[in-house]
Amino acid sequence: MAGAAVSGRLGGAPRQGAACPLVWQLATVTAIRPETPTVKTFTLTLPDWMPHRAGQHYDVRLTAPDGYQAQRSYSVASEPERTGEIDLTVERLEDGEVSTYLHDVLVPGDLVELRGPVGGYFVWEPGMGGPLLLVAGGSGVVPLMAMLRHRAARGARVPVRLLYSVRSPEQTIYAEELGHLDKTDPLLDVVYTYTRSQPKGWGGYARRIDRRMLDEVLATLDQMPLAYVCGPTLMVERTAEELVATGIPADRIRTERFGPTG
Amino acid sequence: MLDGNAAAGLLEELFGRDMTMSLSHCAHCGNQGALATSHAYVQAPGFILRCAICEAVMLRIVSTPDAYFVDARGMTNLRIPRYTA
Repeated sequence: MAGAAVSGRLGGAPRQGAACPLVWQLATVTAIRPETPTVKTFTLTLPDWMPHRAGQHYDVRLTAPDGYQAQRSYSVASEPERTGEIDLTVERLEDGEVSTYLHDVLVPGDLVELRGPVGGYFVWEPGMGGPLLLVAGGSGVVPLMAMLRHRAARGARVPVRLLYSVRSPEQTIYAEELGHLDKTDPLLDVVYTYTRSQPKGWGGYARRIDRRMLDEVLATLDQMPLAYVCGPTLMVERTAEELVATGIPADRIRTERFGPTG
Repeated sequence: MLDGNAAAGLLEELFGRDMTMSLSHCAHCGNQGALATSHAYVQAPGFILRCAICEAVMLRIVSTPDAYFVDARGMTNLRIPRYTA
């Protein structure tokens, strides 16, 4: 099975020499870890790895034997301090061309064609300061996780609030790691809102993100935050509008939306 | 639906640098915003960026084996910062 992922689909030789984010390269799948019933993390070893900025993504390209290509962007979940490899966390979309392949076909040892890291807008580095308000909807948590891991790896003492809207505890990505960060880092708080089903005795939020929720989370920060919002289009647009309405300058709010392109 | 963040790779391929922080001025409604915030449609036979406010098409990019076709009639200008980190 190894290698089948790219057989017959390479137009040119794999690149050599200095790393460049625009050149397609062949990464090797070294681990696949289930995060939730519909989300997996793929660890990929890159022949020409280069450090990414937390929040950046890679373009993944699949090519069929007849030459048909499908390309998608996936955010890097890992921190740039981990050299030589990246984690891509991917949600399986039922009608997806690429995510179904990654989920259902790929096994460790397979090769995947990708290029990156790219993107200069939805990124955070400690030098940009904070405090940080991170707002995630579903798998929108992935680039935000890269920021949290980067922050932890750098020991950056930037206060963070992660407001994570997810359907149920079972569908929460990185639940264990976020729980650990929440407990051990006094500057970091993770706030969940479970929109479909809640654990027994849940006293937290159980609705979609709204103004009151944002106000309550913002009240725990004593400075104007840098806000990063990532999730489905509607959630991102509503949240960004509400954040502007709370008085956060638009240039301190960065958004990334995704929809079902699979 | 996606946004201009998803076009980062293609735009960098064309311009040789990150373009998602560049500000585009919509020719239809006049809105100015980072390309990252525009709406991206990737399932057409090409890449389309639409204004986040009025949804007018700002940029079309079609890649063929020997060329890129770029139609930028939908933006009156593009402000490309000299410095990007």
